[in-house]
Amino acid sequence: MTGLFFILFFWLVGNALSLLTGGYVSGNIIGMILLFAALCLRWVKAETIRPAAKFLLGAMALFFVPYGVGLMDSYRVILENLWAILVSGIVSTILVLLVAGKTFQSLNRRARLRHIKQHRHDA
Amino acid sequence: MLDRSFLSSDLFLLTLTVGLYCLGGLVYRRLRMPLLHPVLLTFVAVIVFLQCTGIDYPRYQQATGALNFALGMSVVALGYLLYEQVERLRGSLLPVGVATLAGCVVGVLSVVYIAMAFGAERQILNSIAPKSVTVPIAVSVAGPLGGNVSVTSVVVFCVGIFGSIFGEWILRKCGVRDPEARGFALGAAAHGIGTARAIEIGAVEGALSGLAMALMGLATALLMPLMERYLY
Repeated sequence: MTGLFFILFFWLVGNALSLLTGGYVSGNIIGMILLFAALCLRWVKAETIRPAAKFLLGAMALFFVPYGVGLMDSYRVILENLWAILVSGIVSTILVLLVAGKTFQSLNRRARLRHIKQHRHDA
Repeated sequence: MLDRSFLSSDLFLLTLTVGLYCLGGLVYRRLRMPLLHPVLLTFVAVIVFLQCTGIDYPRYQQATGALNFALGMSVVALGYLLYEQVERLRGSLLPVGVATLAGCVVGVLSVVYIAMAFGAERQILNSIAPKSVTVPIAVSVAGPLGGNVSVTSVVVFCVGIFGSIFGEWILRKCGVRDPEARGFALGAAAHGIGTARAIEIGAVEGALSGLAMALMGLATALLMPLMERYLY
């Protein structure tokens, strides 16, 4: 229960900060950052949050079903822009896969080489 | 009597939604077809039910307000996921940070510019711009910018399914063989659904994929409003 309290509390504080900053970032995202910061700074123990967080994250897919059902009203918008959405969605997803994968792979290889060199140096 | 007012009551619609979701999961585990994702099955089944009974979407949305509230909480709970993944990481911050930034900027700008070339309106652009991040964050980002959140959730969902089916093959064809990089790319491009696939491939892939999903969500939430204002 304490975990649920902290989640609600950080959301509330996030909403207040969002209002104060003119709504640049929505309150629940600020809440997410605050929870992350509180865990990193050990203000809140991970064990306290874990049960509530695991439950919410596990059922996340269920929670957005109502948005998806909104398709029954917004399908026209999608049909009108079908090609734009289809082509941009597919091409962009392939680009993200390649950019993220290639960047990570080349930097990771370099980091590993440095790591191995350092080990040899230490030895 | 089971009349209209019973069928359109909050409790009935909520029970129906959760029940269909469980049933969708059952069907999915039996058939093992990625296209028949339980959430997709639930979308369709609920829509068919509402059409048959003549209940409109605003009523349904009102009835399932509790789920919407829980979605807001689960965005905050993602902070816990982020903490868990970052704790596990330690050390290799540079590749992770650079790949996240690159993925986030390329993901948002490429989808926006291509859709723009097809003549899509600004509302559509803002609806699909956060398409690479997990649905709750995508909705929280697109909503305040005037996007249609229902379009957002469906597009983000389909992107996830596309990435989880073809992602591994595309990465292999293009020479991304490092397991850590493959997991990271799957999480960055196909969020939670890609992560579920990455966990099936292996533990290393799964861990990096979860990390990528959490960081992409954070980066996109912070950078999207800026990109929306200055770059398109």
